[in-house]
Amino acid sequence: MTRTIALIDVNNFYVSCERAFNPRLKYQPVVVLSNNDGCVISRSNEAKALGIKMGEPWFKCQAMARQYGVEALSSNYALYADMSNRVMSILADFSPHQEVYSIDECFLELTGFAQKDLIAYGQLMKTRIFKWTGLPVCVGVGATKTLAKIANNIAKKNIKFNGLCNLSNIKHEELNHLLHAMEAGEVWGVGRQLALKLKARGIDTALDLKRADPVYIRQSFGVVMEKIVHELNGTLCIDLEEVAPPRKQILSSRSFGDAVSDYQSLAASITLYMSRAAEKLRGQQSVASVIQVYIRTSPFKLDQAQYSNSMTIPLPTPTDDTRQLVKMALWALKRIYKPHYSYVKAGVSLGDLISKASMPLDFFTSPDSSDRSTALMRTVDRINAKMGRESIKLASEGFDRSWQMKQGNKSPNYTTSWEQILCVKDKAFSF
Amino acid sequence: MSPLDLLRSYTRKRQTNVAEIFVRVSNKSADIPFFGSKVSAGFPSPAADHVEVRLSADQYLVKNPTATYFVRVKGDSMVNAGIYSGDVLVVDRSVEPSIGQIILAEVDGEFTVKYLGQNQLVPANAHYSAIPFDEADTVALIGVVTGSMRKFP
Repeated sequence: MTRTIALIDVNNFYVSCERAFNPRLKYQPVVVLSNNDGCVISRSNEAKALGIKMGEPWFKCQAMARQYGVEALSSNYALYADMSNRVMSILADFSPHQEVYSIDECFLELTGFAQKDLIAYGQLMKTRIFKWTGLPVCVGVGATKTLAKIANNIAKKNIKFNGLCNLSNIKHEELNHLLHAMEAGEVWGVGRQLALKLKARGIDTALDLKRADPVYIRQSFGVVMEKIVHELNGTLCIDLEEVAPPRKQILSSRSFGDAVSDYQSLAASITLYMSRAAEKLRGQQSVASVIQVYIRTSPFKLDQAQYSNSMTIPLPTPTDDTRQLVKMALWALKRIYKPHYSYVKAGVSLGDLISKASMPLDFFTSPDSSDRSTALMRTVDRINAKMGRESIKLASEGFDRSWQMKQGNKSPNYTTSWEQILCVKDKAFSF
Repeated sequence: MSPLDLLRSYTRKRQTNVAEIFVRVSNKSADIPFFGSKVSAGFPSPAADHVEVRLSADQYLVKNPTATYFVRVKGDSMVNAGIYSGDVLVVDRSVEPSIGQIILAEVDGEFTVKYLGQNQLVPANAHYSAIPFDEADTVALIGVVTGSMRKFP
């Protein structure tokens, strides 16, 4: 049976969240910066028109930004996460099958809805999301996830589509015409590198890719690219994943507000990141078999001495115990740390994650001590969930957080803190 | 026995199919989970049939959590509607505003709370003047104020 899949995503998500709570921002170019105000990670259409690139280091744009009055905001993830949840739960009402693909986009299965006018249905989604959240979205519909992505892309780029594009019921020639106008590199799953390789073989456009021989593609590019070819031809190969599979790796890292050189600050930050990572690990009922710790100086400060290093340690017994993970991480940090460098970033990663339930029993660890650790960690997580983050933490996280990240221009947590909710003031209409 | 211990012991029983549990935690509020139980062995609790969800302010004030936002008022332009400076208002964006309701509107890039009148936003204080729609060219009706909260020191 032919499937019908929609991809809905929020336009310029982070910027749109900021604008929903601060309408003044609607009339000027706006960008949102990454952690530590490093790079541009979201741009309003006006900022895009000024030529500000995604991922561009902010210091490179500053002069131009001042000239054109670009408002640069620090990222406010508490706000974005809450608004994302609102959008996703609104969309969940539109289909029994939903795959939340990222913070600002999700797939909906609309198979069997085909009789309905899908453009009208998409318009209903758009209207409701805008009414309930103030966020603008685009809706793309196609027979596969890849085609739904392309439809969404077309809806976003051509004003005449009004943010809605349904490729599931258009004529073949029409679809081919649209695919011809699209570069192969713009197709979902084809990166810049692969696009260059495709080009070398004469595959320039999405239409070329659609018409390519799947067997040849499989031999030259592998099975993933072959699936993309089938998907472009309307055969579903990548199904909806309604429950996200547990992650195989967990990362936790940040840039520091100000560079640090002392071991104490680095150790405190590593402890914090490892505690966060361990909490996520327990949240998905996994244990880690390998940990990695890394530190580095700023690659942008060319006048300073550069150093970066990492260490990977396999754990004797896979664990989810914050205390053990932190102990190993600090052991590694001690071995890679060198004094007199200005470190700007540190991080940890947990690897080779396996399900806690399927963890093999170990000859050297008594089951009793592992039960006690599980109970302790569960209690810590529960207290922190109830009383607020970091109510209970390891002392090595430290209490002085002078190394923590810079967030020079962060908006209030409008929806997650009573102290910071939106304030509505009387204007000068009084007389 | 704390509610959590109790819940845990029930969960343990559930694994052995002795008890059937219904856990309902209301959306984001911190009230105690409600559970009804059906334990096949032993004397049934006479109260078990009468357990209901404990009242919560959330449930009273918020009908549609997905579309509800809280805003704090600064100023006295709505005092005669019982809205004082410092009050926290419940704004439901999913309700279609109609004339006579108190609404959150966006005027010239700023939010304001007023009565919705015929082509105008009307304050509830004689010291303020109404804001006609056609004069302010950028007026958007954001949502309906469906409730108000105030704490006493």
